[in-house]
Amino acid sequence: MEFGRISRRHLLQGGAALTLGAATGARPSFAAETTIGFIYVGSRDDYGYNQAHAQGAAALKKIPGLKVVEEEKVPETDAVEKTIESMINLDGATLLFPTSFGYYNPHTVKMANKFPKLRFEHCGGLWSDKDPKNAGSYFGYIDEAQYISGIIAGYSSKSGKLGFVAAKPIPQVLRNINAFALGARLANPKATTQVIFTGDWSMPVKEAEATNSLIDQGVDVLTCHVDGPKTMVENAARRGAMVCGYHVNQSPLAPKAYLTGAEWNWEALYPKFVKMIAAGESIPNFYRGGLKEEIVKTSPYGEAVSAEARKHADEVKAKFLSGDGYAIFKGGLVDNKGKTVIAAGTDRGQKDPELEKMDYLVEGVIGATS
Amino acid sequence: MADGSIGLWTVPLAVLGGAIRVSTPFLFVSLGECITERSGRINLGLEGTLVMGAMSAYGISYLTGSPWLGVLAAGITGALLGALHAGICSLPRVNDIAVGIALMLFGTGLAFYLGKPLIEPTAPRLPAIDFGWWSDIPQLRAVLRINVMFLIGVALAPILYWAFRTTRWGLLIRTAGESSDAARAMGYSVLLIRLRATMVGGFLAGIGGSFLSLFYPGSWNEGLSSGQGITAVALVIFARWDPLLCLWASLAFGGAAALGPALQSVGVTSGYHLFNAAPYILTLAIMIITCSPKRTLTGAPAELSITR
Repeated sequence: MEFGRISRRHLLQGGAALTLGAATGARPSFAAETTIGFIYVGSRDDYGYNQAHAQGAAALKKIPGLKVVEEEKVPETDAVEKTIESMINLDGATLLFPTSFGYYNPHTVKMANKFPKLRFEHCGGLWSDKDPKNAGSYFGYIDEAQYISGIIAGYSSKSGKLGFVAAKPIPQVLRNINAFALGARLANPKATTQVIFTGDWSMPVKEAEATNSLIDQGVDVLTCHVDGPKTMVENAARRGAMVCGYHVNQSPLAPKAYLTGAEWNWEALYPKFVKMIAAGESIPNFYRGGLKEEIVKTSPYGEAVSAEARKHADEVKAKFLSGDGYAIFKGGLVDNKGKTVIAAGTDRGQKDPELEKMDYLVEGVIGATS
Repeated sequence: MADGSIGLWTVPLAVLGGAIRVSTPFLFVSLGECITERSGRINLGLEGTLVMGAMSAYGISYLTGSPWLGVLAAGITGALLGALHAGICSLPRVNDIAVGIALMLFGTGLAFYLGKPLIEPTAPRLPAIDFGWWSDIPQLRAVLRINVMFLIGVALAPILYWAFRTTRWGLLIRTAGESSDAARAMGYSVLLIRLRATMVGGFLAGIGGSFLSLFYPGSWNEGLSSGQGITAVALVIFARWDPLLCLWASLAFGGAAALGPALQSVGVTSGYHLFNAAPYILTLAIMIITCSPKRTLTGAPAELSITR
């Protein structure tokens, strides 16, 4: 691995960069190791969201001179501030990754103001100019991968009814549902996507019930946005439905039913961040990217995916990877209440911050945000 | 309907399915707790027992390839945790509720610690019996794929009801629960009776946990129980320590848990948070309707530390 070559000298510089101009070597603890703190909202091995981040953290552990401290199951409350403070004061962490959406405001912002010399990289937040400069928010356009899943799902469904088990109606979740539904409509213009909100990130019994209810309604391809997709994937496969995965590759759980999936690629991003810091570059406070920037990826297609579906999906994927980019949310978009949410003629590109405030479900989605 | 959808029928069917699928852990934990509480002791640690049972069942099923061995292991784990609770509680001036809370945290913590390597592998699951062979509606057939443990649980409720009334050990447990002095005067060791009752209670709660990990939802992860053990202990109180009422209460809770997702699937999308909270609203409502400041809870064993 190329990051393995970071020398001690580089790390010294990195440490200096981390403290934003502190005299090099003034704090001898930096010379030995740089400590990075990871905070997860759920269990580190949930076959889902937190595992994806933990895999990214594991990639950092392999780099000599880096020490990674982790704490899992930290609620999105004051508790995360206490965890951050103890990582800073007890473990000497100088770079922190609070990885859950609800950690950002006010908790991470507050901590970044309190420790202006340390760096905070938050996953999913919406950094604005008013926020402290030592805080940053990064996120991946995983809706690109969900869009690809949607195309595959649209071709694979016999009933034209797709199901989506979702946790909460926050912008990131709604964006995934919408991208999946729009992708499915590329393949089958009559496809509908029925969404069920379970109310929280990890509710296995509710997720299983939601999966069964959707299949009872005639849904034959399901995907989800919850912390651990294992329950949905296994229960759907048992009922004979097909699935698209989320967060990490769940195909070992249901090899025959697994079509494709939207995965994070933090193993690529986190070493990149560390390398940027070590080289003295500053990470943009607002860091985003999709398939092209290798922040997200799609699972390899399952055997049940038809050649036609593969071809269409690969074409769209190539557009995402090309320099011009590709807009999922095009002008003239109508929500499922009949209201035009994006005016005709104004395509919203992936980097458009308006998309991160999404509060609607597009036409073709059955469900409501409240 | 031609497209294989059953429309609004999904809701009653899902509630029925939920009553069958979701209720089993509630049923086993509440019947177990019923035995323990009838002997005069509260074991609040059954949430921990449930999670430990789920973890050990999954682990043993994965390692040996036999889910039934997993169920047995879950029961034994539960009985050991019950023995631990009873052992600590038999020391002088120990509060059983405090010990229960400690064991709840201990059980869940230990299960999460030991269960780390079990999240990824897939263990063999318990088989289901197809009671829906006569129907050609796939949705109904799915509901009627019933696990034998549900049937055992349903049969256990009337057996316990009968045993508490007519058998020798049933009467002994009740004597220890109603008046420990009377049991002692008859020459029985109250501590021993309570030890056995707590172990049996733990055994059943552990088995309830094995249902979670080996049948429905059918895999091990740390959010698996999400408080079902605690709910089941509370359920005993509102079932008035009556095994038959425990059965009905468990079925009602299972059905209520399915209500939220089912309503959303047929398009009733407003207020889903409220429907998701249905089991808890049900508990509150029943508690409010049945409680009265003028008398103590009917059916409460007199030796319980909450009634004493």
